[in-house]
Amino acid sequence: MLDGAWRVASQVAVRPEPFGALVYHYGTRRLTFLKSRALLDVVTVLDAHACARDACRAAGVAEDEMSRYEQALATLAGSGMIVSRDAA
Amino acid sequence: MSPAAPGTRLVDQLETGLDAPICLTWELTYACNLACVHCLSSSGRRDPRELSTAECMAVIDELERMQVFYVNIGGGEPTVRRDFWELVDYAVAHHVGVKFSTNGSRITPEIAARIAGTGYVDVQVSLDGATASVNDRIRGAGSYTTATRAMENLAAAGFEGFKLSVVVTRENVSQLDAFKALADRYHAQLRLTRLRPSGRGADVWDKLHPTASQQRELYEWLLAHGESVLTGDSFFHLGGYGEALPGLNLCGAGRVVCLIDPIGDVYACPFVIHDSFRAGNVREPGGFARVWRESELFTELREPQHAGACASCGLFDKCRGGCMAAKFFTGLPLAGPDPECVLGHGERALAARDERPVPRPSVDMSRRPPPRACNESPLEIAAPR
Repeated sequence: MLDGAWRVASQVAVRPEPFGALVYHYGTRRLTFLKSRALLDVVTVLDAHACARDACRAAGVAEDEMSRYEQALATLAGSGMIVSRDAA
Repeated sequence: MSPAAPGTRLVDQLETGLDAPICLTWELTYACNLACVHCLSSSGRRDPRELSTAECMAVIDELERMQVFYVNIGGGEPTVRRDFWELVDYAVAHHVGVKFSTNGSRITPEIAARIAGTGYVDVQVSLDGATASVNDRIRGAGSYTTATRAMENLAAAGFEGFKLSVVVTRENVSQLDAFKALADRYHAQLRLTRLRPSGRGADVWDKLHPTASQQRELYEWLLAHGESVLTGDSFFHLGGYGEALPGLNLCGAGRVVCLIDPIGDVYACPFVIHDSFRAGNVREPGGFARVWRESELFTELREPQHAGACASCGLFDKCRGGCMAAKFFTGLPLAGPDPECVLGHGERALAARDERPVPRPSVDMSRRPPPRACNESPLEIAAPR
């Protein structure tokens, strides 16, 4: 997960909120909450980095928090909110 | 699921409000070809002050700017508006997804094919009985056939996952499995919502709201079916039975949800069409965004609410005092138990009410039968003196 290259899916919109963000997938009509601004920062810069780990570092995620963020990104990938850039 | 700041629960954060609603209901018209006995918006006749096409489009522009992902369009029967499809297309083109509620009367095979072809439009067909006899007593003669024909058309057009929407009543709670089977047959998803004493629902709530034992049955059924059945977060008052049901489990009124009515009035939720819960109008300067962000009412609703009589109850954290609309329209104090409190406090509170009249909805567009000719003739013939 962290070594892969990811981006927000094309049918997905991200709306920042004081607590983090709302993420909505127009295709599946699923809504997900990002429960921190830090995770929003990670998601926002995913596309600009070679891998998710770099995106997390750029967003200021500490090394000992990496696994929690990996889990969150995996959940987002599982629901199609973010997609791999590697396959393309 | 995702990392959260320590000591903050999502529910607490949502209760303080969002920059824009998550779930916005927009009743496009009060006009309706049916006259369901429990209609939450007392619909029937069109209000001549209805928002024009241009005004609706301006609201959509605003929703796009606020990043409201989708709207739940209802009514009345929204498809009777001549500009209905024009507005749907406009919303979708402006990144506002649409889910609309319908009684199915206009979902012809052609319309079904059209909806199935657009990605961002979802449909919700209303049905309140899994059999014609149960349904038609609530929604009127022939309405079961109309709704099932619409579902057949949607299924035939290949639209998978549209919603079959049911208001749970004393008369249909025994049909939950039958509703699920019906939804499955049409490749639809079942959505169950709570009967509120709102609109004309106030007139039938006493007779139609589920009994205490039926509520328990409903709770068990919902728990067993998990996320495969939608509830619009309707039944969080049942969380007091034990486990929380899927969903946010909070009253979202003015915090994550609100209602825009056909004339542009903004209410805290679709179930409180009453002056006490009117926050403003989209036609006022600043439009919808200003009402959502700055209205006195919504600001107040985002303050910590008082548990009142429920403060000492150990289950308050689960049911959060229940539904504001259910309390308001049964004449119960807002800080106190829901009329359907699982511990029975609501029933006792209802029994202890004084003689003061309960609040009535501020809008009633119900079609009335014409006055009887023997009482009020439009023609007067003067008898010879």
